[in-house]
Amino acid sequence: MRYALLIYVQPWETTPEQDNQVMEAYNAFGREAMAADVMRGGEALNEAKTATSVRVRDGKTLVTDGPFAETKEEFGGFYLIEAANLDEAIKWAAKIPGATRGTVEVRPVADMASAPDETNQAPAGIAAG
Amino acid sequence: MAEESVQDAFISALEHWPSEGLPPNPGAWIATTARRKAIDRLRRTRNLARKVEALAALTPDADEGIGGATMEAGNAIEDDRLRLIFTCCHPALAIDAQVALTLRLLGGLRTPEIARAFLLPEVTLAQRLVRAKKKIRDAGIPYVVPPHDELPARLEAVLRVLYLVFNEGYSATSGATIVRRALTGEAIRLARVLNSLLPDEPEALGLLALLLLQDSRRDARQSPTGELILLADQDRSSWDRGRIDEGLAVLDRAAFLGAPGPYQLQAAIAAVHVQAPRPEETDWARIVLLYDRLLAINDSPIVALNRTVAISMARGPAEALPIIDELRDSGGLDGYYLLHSTRAELLRRLGRRDEAAVEYGQAAALATNEAERQFLERRRASLID
Repeated sequence: MRYALLIYVQPWETTPEQDNQVMEAYNAFGREAMAADVMRGGEALNEAKTATSVRVRDGKTLVTDGPFAETKEEFGGFYLIEAANLDEAIKWAAKIPGATRGTVEVRPVADMASAPDETNQAPAGIAAG
Repeated sequence: MAEESVQDAFISALEHWPSEGLPPNPGAWIATTARRKAIDRLRRTRNLARKVEALAALTPDADEGIGGATMEAGNAIEDDRLRLIFTCCHPALAIDAQVALTLRLLGGLRTPEIARAFLLPEVTLAQRLVRAKKKIRDAGIPYVVPPHDELPARLEAVLRVLYLVFNEGYSATSGATIVRRALTGEAIRLARVLNSLLPDEPEALGLLALLLLQDSRRDARQSPTGELILLADQDRSSWDRGRIDEGLAVLDRAAFLGAPGPYQLQAAIAAVHVQAPRPEETDWARIVLLYDRLLAINDSPIVALNRTVAISMARGPAEALPIIDELRDSGGLDGYYLLHSTRAELLRRLGRRDEAAVEYGQAAALATNEAERQFLERRRASLID
């Protein structure tokens, strides 16, 4: 299963040295995820204040300054990973440096094409509606 | 299987009790049957394991197939139950979903019964179960027993669910009746199942001991007219001695394992209470020490509040009042009725009746259980004259 790991962190004042440390921590995560062959993609995003929000209503395009939601913790970036189940995805989410200061949201990628995975599925009594 | 027969006994009891009246000691009846069957099963499994080993040593090829298969079948069923427990109590599910799923899939309670017990419309509970199952499927929550390194944290989630179920039954958060038997009995039964599946887990034993010891007081907590009776005023002869003896024995087993934890400590506090023949003989100093240790590992304002009660009993209300004022000022208990009722009680004991009355009034306004609200109202009224 693929999961999106969405990183929300409150921006804080950093020295250049701290910036380097954070970058190195993320690089280390990236290396570990690549080595385990779980990494499927991801990007760091520029700060929320660089964002522009776009809505189309009644054929009109409305453009406003700023992110979708003004929140203390900003959406700062994401990874796409491949994991057998939620517990595996959680393990990887916990390794992301942002998880210690903020929150990493783990959301399954909607899998339209493929059939349900047979392995490690809960018995019908649990999974069926 | 033991669990099925207890489950059968419990379900048939749920169906028959309203019409036939409660058996003299319903909890003990089911508990004794469950315990006997659990012990039998454990003995059989251990004996079987020993026999299989012995046979394997003598004839490594011939008998391993048969003995091994029987062992595996037994283990497979136990594994299945464990997987079910840990899946139902997965932290990725909302806590009410964990509780509802556990009662539905492990408790064998039907949806209408669970809805009734939690005073929810059946539709609400049914939707909750559907959403939980969908989350399990869509998010890929695995159907596994957590690996060894994750077990302590995941076990904590299971114990929390069982404790919530028990508490909902024991001191209902709304409505007039305080004890809802179906839930307390179910929580105890599931705690036993958990312990038989995961033997020698100190906190699982601690939880079972706590539930048994608290449940021993269920017949003494409410008057025939539904009024709340405080611990100090309860008729101790109506405390369930079977529950007490078993609870103390389970706590002993836990203590022997030498890994204290919050449930064991809470059970130890309950043990001090049940071992006092009269309220005046309660070893409050020991209770204060136990709360000190509990607070050290679980720094919750509610534990701190209970500790001030113990201090007021061990050292007098004058010593406890500044402590509870500090708690109140920290803000962690805002809107919590027991903060006000505790403070009111201290003020009353110090003779500050007017202030106590005001505080009882605040407590009554915040109480969610009808019997408790009436109790607090009566206290307030008794101080105004």
